[in-house]
Amino acid sequence: MAAKVFVYLDHFNGQILPASLETIGAAKTAAAALGSPLAALVVGPEAQSVAIQAIQHGADEAWVADAAELKDFRAEAYATVVSKALKDAGAEVFMLPATSRTRELAAMVAVDLATGVAPDVVAFEVKDGKLLATRPVYAGKLMTKVMMPQALPQILLIRGRVFPRPEPDAARSGPVNKLDAAVGTVKSEVLGYKPSDGGVSLTDAGVIVSGGRGVSNNPSLTPPAEITDEREKEIWRAQKGFELVRQLAAVLGGAVGASRAAVDAGYVPYSFQVGQTGKVVSPDLYIACGVSGAIQHLAGMRTSKTIVAINKDSEAPIFKVARFGVVGDLYEVLPALAKELGSRLGK
Amino acid sequence: MNIVVCVKQTPDTAATVTVQDGKVSWGDAPLVINPWDEFAVEQALRTKEAHGGKVTALSLGPEAAKEALKHALAMGCDEAVLVSDPAISAPDSLVVSTVLAAAIAKLGEVDLVFFGRQAVDSDTGLTGAQVARRLGWPSLSLAAAVTALDPGAKTITVARMLDEGRQEVKAPLPAVVSVTKEICEPRYPSFMGIRKASKAPIPVWSLAEIGISAAPQSVLTWPEVFAPPKIETQCEIVAGDSAVAKAAALAARLIEEKVI
Amino acid sequence: MEFSLTSEQLMVQRMVRDFAQKEAAPRIKELDRDQRADPGLIQRMGALGLLGICLPVRYGGQGLDYISLGLVCEELEYVDSSLRVVLSVHLGLNSLGLLQWGSEAQKLRYLVPQATGEKVAGFALTEPGAGSDVAGLASTARPVDGGYQLQGEKTWISLAGLADHVLWFARTATEAADPHQALTAFILETDRPGVQRGDLHGKLGIRAGSTGWLACDQVFVPVENRLGEEGEGFRIAMACLDGGRYTVASGAAGLIRACLDASVRYAQERRVFGKPLAEVQLIEQKIAGMAQAHAIARLLYLQAGWMKNQGLRNTRETSMAKWYATEAAFACASQAVQVHGAYGYSDEYDVERFLRNARGAMIYEGTSEIHTLIQAGYALGARVDTPLRCELPAYDPAVWSAPGSD
Repeated sequence: MAAKVFVYLDHFNGQILPASLETIGAAKTAAAALGSPLAALVVGPEAQSVAIQAIQHGADEAWVADAAELKDFRAEAYATVVSKALKDAGAEVFMLPATSRTRELAAMVAVDLATGVAPDVVAFEVKDGKLLATRPVYAGKLMTKVMMPQALPQILLIRGRVFPRPEPDAARSGPVNKLDAAVGTVKSEVLGYKPSDGGVSLTDAGVIVSGGRGVSNNPSLTPPAEITDEREKEIWRAQKGFELVRQLAAVLGGAVGASRAAVDAGYVPYSFQVGQTGKVVSPDLYIACGVSGAIQHLAGMRTSKTIVAINKDSEAPIFKVARFGVVGDLYEVLPALAKELGSRLGK
Repeated sequence: MNIVVCVKQTPDTAATVTVQDGKVSWGDAPLVINPWDEFAVEQALRTKEAHGGKVTALSLGPEAAKEALKHALAMGCDEAVLVSDPAISAPDSLVVSTVLAAAIAKLGEVDLVFFGRQAVDSDTGLTGAQVARRLGWPSLSLAAAVTALDPGAKTITVARMLDEGRQEVKAPLPAVVSVTKEICEPRYPSFMGIRKASKAPIPVWSLAEIGISAAPQSVLTWPEVFAPPKIETQCEIVAGDSAVAKAAALAARLIEEKVI
Repeated sequence: MEFSLTSEQLMVQRMVRDFAQKEAAPRIKELDRDQRADPGLIQRMGALGLLGICLPVRYGGQGLDYISLGLVCEELEYVDSSLRVVLSVHLGLNSLGLLQWGSEAQKLRYLVPQATGEKVAGFALTEPGAGSDVAGLASTARPVDGGYQLQGEKTWISLAGLADHVLWFARTATEAADPHQALTAFILETDRPGVQRGDLHGKLGIRAGSTGWLACDQVFVPVENRLGEEGEGFRIAMACLDGGRYTVASGAAGLIRACLDASVRYAQERRVFGKPLAEVQLIEQKIAGMAQAHAIARLLYLQAGWMKNQGLRNTRETSMAKWYATEAAFACASQAVQVHGAYGYSDEYDVERFLRNARGAMIYEGTSEIHTLIQAGYALGARVDTPLRCELPAYDPAVWSAPGSD
């Protein structure tokens, strides 16, 4: 039987994104409910090897496209390939992991095929042969269940770290077919790429240690005399605080995050921001240091498996969502915690 | 340069949003310009200030959405246009992109269209790319900076924020650019701008006027809206005589509970 | 009667609310604790046009109406009274005074740079020995060749240390029959030889504001600097207070709203006896009282603003608005502290600062007692307003937005 459920494998620089594998798992559930095999779509360099991994993780077949024009991910080119593949197959469901590339890709495919996209899906059910997808709206203050009664394929962008990653089976195999890779001239070109300042990516991290506005709160810290501006003194102190956050993250092999307040105050760049307008994360362990716990931040890390809060203010809202809390000065607690965990974990 | 910036009117992000009778309610919280769109307006204005031309703010919405356009005018946009038609209700991004693309085509000879990253109500972040697709123009999303713009050679280069790092992409004009908050700091509307904006005539275009005879239908529906389940946690405050003692106790608990 | 704000006024309100939240709110606690004003904030207000918001464009202003001034004050004081005090003295008392009484030459020379924020303005009326008893002030202005010689000391002057220009009130006629005819107003540049000034600290509230004293020791001012006629000083001071009091009244409405919002927020989060504090009836009563006070204060100042827009004499209405709103603000702030319990007593929350700030407004720009007597006077017919030689011009959008001639 021809596959009607398709899953897109997002990859970057030869690496398959963990979220892609999770999406295979999610798509497999939908495929089973709809009685369809699951087909993986892979476009771009090393599509072949990515396709094989997709099958090992549960896809029944794969379709690949690799050409010179597809060397760099450009949504307009990739969408042309994907739209044709989905149209030719009469696809009914198309799932992609929600990444910085796939939103644009899904948007364009939806225009090509006159269908809809449900972004940031955290759960779904199959009802009368149609998907009912749950996603957050209003900055996570509300949830909706959305569906596309008629349009096909139903396109879902699956949020990372929500669905379980399937266990790979190296013995699993299936057909890998070639797709029509003709895209015509691609108007835009990628000039260059600079990776983020190292460390674990926030969205993939299993452990995140975050700093908030409280990270600059250490009046006993005296900045060097050359710094006279109050705001710069505050930023200097904050950077000392973030050093402690970084050290703890390093001991735990985790990533460093920040609240919006810390980013707005200029302590760290926006790429560190966790929250509805920053990155939505779901680590196993989230340690919030000097973070008050504003709703906007909570929307970004609420689903973390375990939340630990370290804050001077016992009334800070973060304690309402934390499993463990320490009321204390992060300038004292963090180094002690890093030392203690370091020795216990043998680091 | 002929620049268009698309704006949406949304409830204030500080509003308490609840579900009343199965429908979303924000009480009497005001409707404002979508905060992400302020960054788009600011970038559009800076582009005009650097290269000359004019900026037109465009929105699809009910009559009340004129207030969002007035904010854009007060920030410094030269003109504003509202597309409004009773035949459109609860449009999904497919409908919105159809309408906006048609309106942009009607405005004619547009070089650059700016969008904010997403709307704070629907949070989809799809519209910019979809408008680009319909117009056949390059889409440059997640733009954190415009690193080069040559109106003569008709090219634009932006730095995009991907999950993994920063990517430089060059494209010919006309193009659609969706911006993130990193791109700039939006200016306050000036008082002179406010005075002008409150008097400015804002033309309202119906679907027929932008060449759409049959109202496009939404393909996506929201059969259910609900408040997220409250995650009930009992926080265990780890005690200790000193910070060091508390840290040691916390470490012990974390390892005990197999969190680490 | 049109009770809704115009689209323009709503935009003004939103813009100032945004500015105050983004740029002032994060710094206020620290400034208040350090008893320090930030001249940078005043500069920012100037750069954004706030210091000339209701002045005509041809005098460097933003061309908006007097209601907009009230809205601006309400939003500024919502964050902290010290921000609104800047507008009270710079715009309410001094600049509107110049607009009403100044010659064209004086307006071009002093009002324009004040409106653009290039120069900071203050109001020097109160003396160590004369507060409510304005007519009893002791500073003198002795006529000399080409002008006057000023001698005397003023105290409790907001922005004393930062102002470039102040309106200085002094006694010119020592032998006048009626002390109310004995005063004259002057425009004083603070960099004139003989002017000394210093800061005052230790205030109960408005600690993030600049307050100080000014002294003149044989300071010469040319006759061009005299505002109005000799002997008109008392009448001018009272007219200026119509402007200042309006900003205090509208600001107090903002303070009441801040108390209300803080109390609602806290009551919804805090739990007592197994339910949110907000469900305890005696707490509901306090919150209802604040809502009532805000509604009244707001309507009173908007009415006064409307009358100014119409060019109607509004001494009575402005006095009523200021009297009511400032007393209500203090009461609401006290209730807000109570709602917060022990947390209200700590500067971790804002309400103790609201209480300390609110107390001052019952004293300055006419004590509550003075306003009581004013209102009794009007009610009993003993006090009747007679037309002034110069009136505050009614708001005319065309006139206000007409550009100046270069």
